[in-house]
Parts: sequence; structure tokens; C-alpha cells
Amino acid sequence: MKIRLDHVVKTFDTFRAVKDVSLDIESGELVALLGPSGSGKTTILRMVAGLEYSDGGHIYFGEQDATDIPVRDRGVGFVFQHYALFPHMTVAENIAFGMKVSKVKREKAAIDARVTELLRLVRLEGLGDRFPAQISGGQRQRVALARALAVDPKVLLLDEPFGALDANVRKDLRRWLREIHEELGITTLFVTHDQEEALDLADRVVILKDGQIVQQGTPEEVCRNPQSAFVMRFLGDANVLSAEVRDGKAHVGGTAIDVEGLAEGKAELYARPSDLDWSEQGPGIPALISRVLDRADGRRVIATTEAGEHLEFDVAPERTVKAGEGGFVTVRRAKVFAAPPPP
Amino acid sequence: MKRNVLPGLRLSLGVTLFYVGLIVVLPIAALVFKAASLGPADYWQIVSSARAVASYRVTVLSALGATIFNLFFGLALAWVLTRYRFRGWRIVDAMVDLPFALPTAVAGIALTALFANNGWFGSVLADLGIKVAYTPLGIMIAMCFTSLPFIVRTVQPVLEDLDPALEEAAQSLGGSDWEIFRKVILPLLTPALLAGVSLSFARSLGEFGAIIFIAGNQPMSTEITALLVFIRLEEYDYQAAAAIASVLLLTAFVMLAVTNTLQARALRYTVRS
Repeated sequence: MKIRLDHVVKTFDTFRAVKDVSLDIESGELVALLGPSGSGKTTILRMVAGLEYSDGGHIYFGEQDATDIPVRDRGVGFVFQHYALFPHMTVAENIAFGMKVSKVKREKAAIDARVTELLRLVRLEGLGDRFPAQISGGQRQRVALARALAVDPKVLLLDEPFGALDANVRKDLRRWLREIHEELGITTLFVTHDQEEALDLADRVVILKDGQIVQQGTPEEVCRNPQSAFVMRFLGDANVLSAEVRDGKAHVGGTAIDVEGLAEGKAELYARPSDLDWSEQGPGIPALISRVLDRADGRRVIATTEAGEHLEFDVAPERTVKAGEGGFVTVRRAKVFAAPPPP
Repeated sequence: MKRNVLPGLRLSLGVTLFYVGLIVVLPIAALVFKAASLGPADYWQIVSSARAVASYRVTVLSALGATIFNLFFGLALAWVLTRYRFRGWRIVDAMVDLPFALPTAVAGIALTALFANNGWFGSVLADLGIKVAYTPLGIMIAMCFTSLPFIVRTVQPVLEDLDPALEEAAQSLGGSDWEIFRKVILPLLTPALLAGVSLSFARSLGEFGAIIFIAGNQPMSTEITALLVFIRLEEYDYQAAAAIASVLLLTAFVMLAVTNTLQARALRYTVRS
């Protein structure tokens, strides 16, 4: 089912949570709504579900205007951050709930068969008789997903689905959700504030800030070509250096980098830790190493430039670098954005 | 013994157990002892006398009626107080506790004045042919009044803590409002409702002050058991008073045992394996 949001607006009291958001989600697509807290991502998801009504604009499911269809008739599967399993029902009863209250009457045997099938899909065979209090967090979230899928929803919506789980479980569930999505091909929209989760899992990432979409695209597009300093910073660690744009080049501490389409004047240069390197001789930006951090996957150097700006970058583990050494930072690739106006 | 970070278990346990023994167990034991000093035949004759049995019937039936009424009304009141905020919410919320705060005799006199044949309510009801004061109905109303807070105050916190996501989940799965109430909310409220019911019923069984003014106290029809115990005491017949009181005590115990069992069953889903 294709979903279309057309100039959707939502205001809580005086706070504009969602400002004029338009978004197309293709049938069978897995889309992540990514943004910091307060960016309106959960509100958008809840409006698609019908748990919240928009104050303006329309939401279409396929060709049908679903804006005013109440949640119980909208045919969406919703997975809550804290699972929202019915604590007094067993796992099997939780999964069967939607089929039991459905207007489409089903035989008990048919319901039981579907529950068994879903338990197998979420790999919880044999746990049907347990209560939610008796299973782990990761298992609960899988039950919540099975319960949402039981009613054959047109759209699957997940609100920070792995937010309450620890890192290892989260990684497993991520891979597993991707597999389920590929198996069922159901249009899926999920909300997260974890950029790694969004990039790992989604076909397309929609980045939100202050109730507006700031950029959307495949993980490759948004990672390789961030269109604003906000997106650059939000997607991962970034070093910021103040720069000066002159004659189509950004000048930083004696180094110049080609830039296009930027007005002359103050700018900011953004570079990922892996985009910088260290050389003893130069050329490059002169800097002094202040700390060396050894990590399982490499060696991170923290250096200070002559202008007093801090930089973090990675060097090969066998490089001998020591705190207090001077040298030059070379920039392999970087993004330059106009400096924000002074406050 | 397990070492505890906070000291003072022995002392605090000793003090509290001693106090509970002194203030709860000792009087009950004295009552049982007094009743037991009658021979079995005498005891049976007293507790099964026609007047005593009539008082049990009117007390238990009225308490049952009052509790059932409060179960519905108290749940509705708790629902309104947790789900909605309106002008005067604080006043309504505070008024729920009034039956606790008010001396029961005051409540009894007020209810009698209202429901007497010339009272505000009583005169209207009398025109309709309904008599409240000096009938079992009056007893029931007095019991309703004094035991209302129990159900409201046991259900309210549970209702407040109910995760709204549970209802949203049930809605997204297609449940109607009634199905969500019956299959999701009500089962989760059941333990609290049972606790409220048992407290409300126990209070109604033992209520005295609020009832004797409105009940009329006719032996065999509107005389409650607590009053019969009082009458026997006035006659210096301590043993008979203790015997009849022991029946009330036993009823309260059975009631508590039944509700505790039901509660444990209703809460079995919280047990971790």
C-alpha cells in the first residue's frame, strides 16, 4: 500500500510539532523517520496510524483519503516502543487479540493455526503459553510485531521499536526485521533517533528537524551528500573547522579545498574522523596531538589546531603517535557549508 | 541470616509485632475466648436464634447490595476522576474522602433527615410509594455512603498507572471501545476492584453509627447484627454479645480469604517463571 502525506500539519496547544510535511512512501518500501527528540517524527507516525489527527493536510492510503478514518478501521499494524503487550494475556492470546475482535469472524481453529504460524515467523515457537512478564524484552518486541501482523495490516508502523533494548539484542532484531520485511513485502515506516539503525535498516531515510523534512534519500545519498550542516552532524561524528571562502576555495589554516556554489565569506568545513589523516611533514593544517585513544578497531587521535579548534581522526593502529607531538592534518574529503548567521 | 544494609530489622520487627499483637490479636482472642466460654449447645442456641438470624440476613444482604452498587458507581467515579479534568475536579476528588472524614453518626443523622417521610428526598419518594427510612433500603443507603471511598481509592491509582499505549494498541488491532474495556481494562482493574469490594463489604458488615439512625431498628426486620451485639452488651450479657460478634468476625475472615484467593488468581500473570 502506497502512503502519501500531503502538507500535513499538527499543533499541540501552541507548539507546532509538524509543519507542512509532504512525503511519499512507495508500496513495499521500508522507510525510516530519523530525527532528534522533538523533531515531530513520532507525531507523524501516529498521524499515519490514526492515533493522532492532523490539523491540516491529508494522508492518503493508496488512492483513498485516510485522514479522518479512525485507527481501528485504518488497517495499520502499530508496534510501540515499550511493546504495550496486554500483561494479563498469554503470548498466544496477545497475538490472537486482533483476530478475535475483528469484524471478520474466524473459526477458533483458524485463529490457532494463524497464531502458530506467526509464532514461527517471529521465532517464538513454544512460548505461546507464557505471560509477557515471563519473557525477555527482545522476545516481547517480537510478540508485539506478531500481534501487529496478525490482522494483515496494509502498513506496518514502528515507534522506536528497539529503543528500550540493549545493544546486542538491538542488532539482532534489526537484521531480523529486515528479513521479515523482505519476506512479507509490507510497506513499513519506522521512527528512530539512532542514525545507525536508520541507515542499516531502511531503503530510504527521511531526516526531520523541528517538524520539517530537511533531507530524504537512500542511506547512500544522505551519507555521501548531506545537504546541510545539521544532516552532516546528525548522521555521525563530524569535525568542524571555521573556514574562509575566497576565489572558489575554502581556506583553513593554510590549506585550500575546492568548493562550488558557495558565497565568499565565512564558512564551516565538516569532515568525518576517517576523512582526515596525519602527517609529520605537511602540507596540511598545523596541529598538536593532545590525546591518543586506543580502541578495538583502531587508534583515534585528538589534536588541536593553531586556531584552538579540536579535531578527532583515526590513524592505523601501527602508527606511532604520541600526545604532545606536532604535525599536520591532511583533509582527504570534506563538506563546506556557509557559516550560520551569528546569533 | 542475610546481612542487610539498613540496620534495625530486629528492633522494628519486635516493636511492630508487639503492637499488632496488643492492638489486633489480643482483642480478637479475647472475643473468641469469651464466646468459647459458652458451651457448644448454648453458643449454637444464641447464634441461631431467630432474631440473630434475621439480623444476619438484613446485614449481609444490605452489605451485598451496597457493595454491588458501589462497585459500579465507584468504578464510574474513579474512571471520571482519572480520565477527565473539569472545573471543580478537585472538589469532587476531595468529596470522595468525606465519608471517611465525617463521623458516621453525623452521616446517619443527615441521611435520616433527608430520607424521612418529610425530608427532601423522603417526601418525593413517599409520593412514589417508596419508603427508605426505617427499611432495609435505608440501611443499604447508609452502607453505600460509608463504604464508597474504598472502591474509588483502590481503583483510581491503578487506572492512573494504566499505560495509554495498551488502549491504543487494542484500537489499532480493531477493538471497539466496549471490547477494549471488557477485555483489556477490566481484567487489569480486577485485582483492585476485588480489594475495594472486600474492604467495602467488611466496612458495611460492621457499620453501626450511620445505620442505627436511619434503620428504625425493628427486631426481625431492620435490626443489624452490630446493633444486636450492642443490645446484648447493654444487658450485661457479654457472652451472648461475644457469640454474635464472633459470627461477624467469621464472616469477615471468610470474605477476606475468598477475595484474596480471587485476587491471587487475577494476578497470576505477574508471576515470573
